[in-house]
Amino acid sequence: MVLIYIDQADQEVKKASLEAISYGAALAKQMGTNAEAIILGTVKEDLSQLGKYGVTKVHQVANESLNHFDARVNATVTAEAVKLAGADVIVFAHNTNGKAIAPAVAVKLNAGIVTGASALPKTDNGFVVTKTVFSGKAFASIKIDTPIKVITINQNSFGTQSTEGTATLETLAVSVPTSSIKITSLNKVQGEIPLTEATLVVSGGRGLKGPENWGVLLDLAKALGASTACSRPVSDSDWRPHHEHVGQTGYQIAPNLYIAIGISGAIQHLAGVNRSKTIVVINKDPEAPFFKAADYGVVGDAFEVVPALTAAILKSKASA
Amino acid sequence: MKVLVCISKTPDTTAKIAFTEGNTKFDENGVQWIINPYDEWYSLVRAIELKEKDANVIIHLVTVGAADAEPIIRKALALGGDEAIRVNNTSSDSMVVAQEIAAIAKEGAYDLILTGKETIDYNSASIGSMLCALLDQNYIAAATKLEIDGTKAIVTREIDGGEETAESNLPIIVSCQKGMAEQRIPNMRGIMAARTKPLKVVEASIQTATTTIQQFDLPAAKSGVKLIDPTQMDELVKLLKEEAKVI
Repeated sequence: MVLIYIDQADQEVKKASLEAISYGAALAKQMGTNAEAIILGTVKEDLSQLGKYGVTKVHQVANESLNHFDARVNATVTAEAVKLAGADVIVFAHNTNGKAIAPAVAVKLNAGIVTGASALPKTDNGFVVTKTVFSGKAFASIKIDTPIKVITINQNSFGTQSTEGTATLETLAVSVPTSSIKITSLNKVQGEIPLTEATLVVSGGRGLKGPENWGVLLDLAKALGASTACSRPVSDSDWRPHHEHVGQTGYQIAPNLYIAIGISGAIQHLAGVNRSKTIVVINKDPEAPFFKAADYGVVGDAFEVVPALTAAILKSKASA
Repeated sequence: MKVLVCISKTPDTTAKIAFTEGNTKFDENGVQWIINPYDEWYSLVRAIELKEKDANVIIHLVTVGAADAEPIIRKALALGGDEAIRVNNTSSDSMVVAQEIAAIAKEGAYDLILTGKETIDYNSASIGSMLCALLDQNYIAAATKLEIDGTKAIVTREIDGGEETAESNLPIIVSCQKGMAEQRIPNMRGIMAARTKPLKVVEASIQTATTTIQQFDLPAAKSGVKLIDPTQMDELVKLLKEEAKVI
């Protein structure tokens, strides 16, 4: 059986987990087995609805203390629950919480693990998982040699597929250790889609010359409904907040569309965005290395090109 | 307070990524090696900052790898580590590396273990979480801030779409990322001092890998950029809608 870990925050199922279910369900089908899910804590959603992403059953450890994430407690409870539910493969989303507990769960189950999978495993001869390595500059095919296998799947690399179906619910009785981590404050960026979950991203670099010039970029992002990002020099100069920095040492993202404005495309920046499905580069320097990694390029002054693009998008939306 | 900083040797961020031996081995030809940036800029420098505030902080460094990791360990000592341990195991399996580090951690009884949030070569982001299970200690991943107050750690971590601050008693394991500290350059005094700081070599004790790398591949080359005239933004929107199908 393939078991998918459902991550939750504020009692809501994380979007990344729906993609993990789709991936786990496709893997189960390929292996001729069924897919089930596991969730810790209590959520507002009707969990039987997760069936439409391909799981037949949802195992729940319905202890409210698990609504606050503590890696040590969650990993312990997850490993015990997996032992009760029985599973050959456990799938996590490669998001903040998935990364924090999947390796610990693997240790507790004596399982081999591959994190950051980019495609379905090959299961015809052993169990071989392809993952991105060298910050997206290459792939590695890694064979897991243990009976139980753990995978975390890169966000936005497989896609979420929903069909028909409802899942049955089963409550698991697992003893929950008391957390010794006390959460003292929580800061949510209000009203914005987290960069790692965004499907459309508009990003700016030093070519915009200063924080006062960000208006053209923000207008474009608004017209598209996109999240905003920036290059390292921009966040280092405090033109934009640190949580917008994408690149080797910032966020690594894989949106459907990445629009880079005034970013030259240093290799460290590309490492954070090269998994984007479509890349548009707007730069006045035709020699900017980013054009080599782009699908579409516009050589021109950002302060003229970006407002024109915004206008074209608004026009296209108005006529749709 | 005893701090253990986990250090990994990685290719420089600008290194050309290529493979040899039928795409089964990373081509080290001409590659410059550095301390994994997350280990250096964030965990190690934060540990040094804690030591600058409190002289009772002792910083030990651990790396799992061959003797060719010693130059980067000396650099970490030059930045400000007190002592280093190299475990002579060349495995690339995270589970093996974590078990080797766990053995060192148990022996040293550290109050704080710092790792980078991931390495820039295998991007596994696994060691901290594995240590959490192997040592049965609290673990906070992807931390952007860390303060120590007596026997308590106050840690801010990234969550999807924001930040969360939490308190935990020591000992604790923390994986570090941007925000934690700023990159430093070792000074001459540090470099001289590093030459005589202890660097202990421990023989490998774990051999059983759970995974095997079968092959590496480079991504398919982009078919080439399609250039659009800056006055034809309607054309770009049409391509994004109808060809790329992303908006």
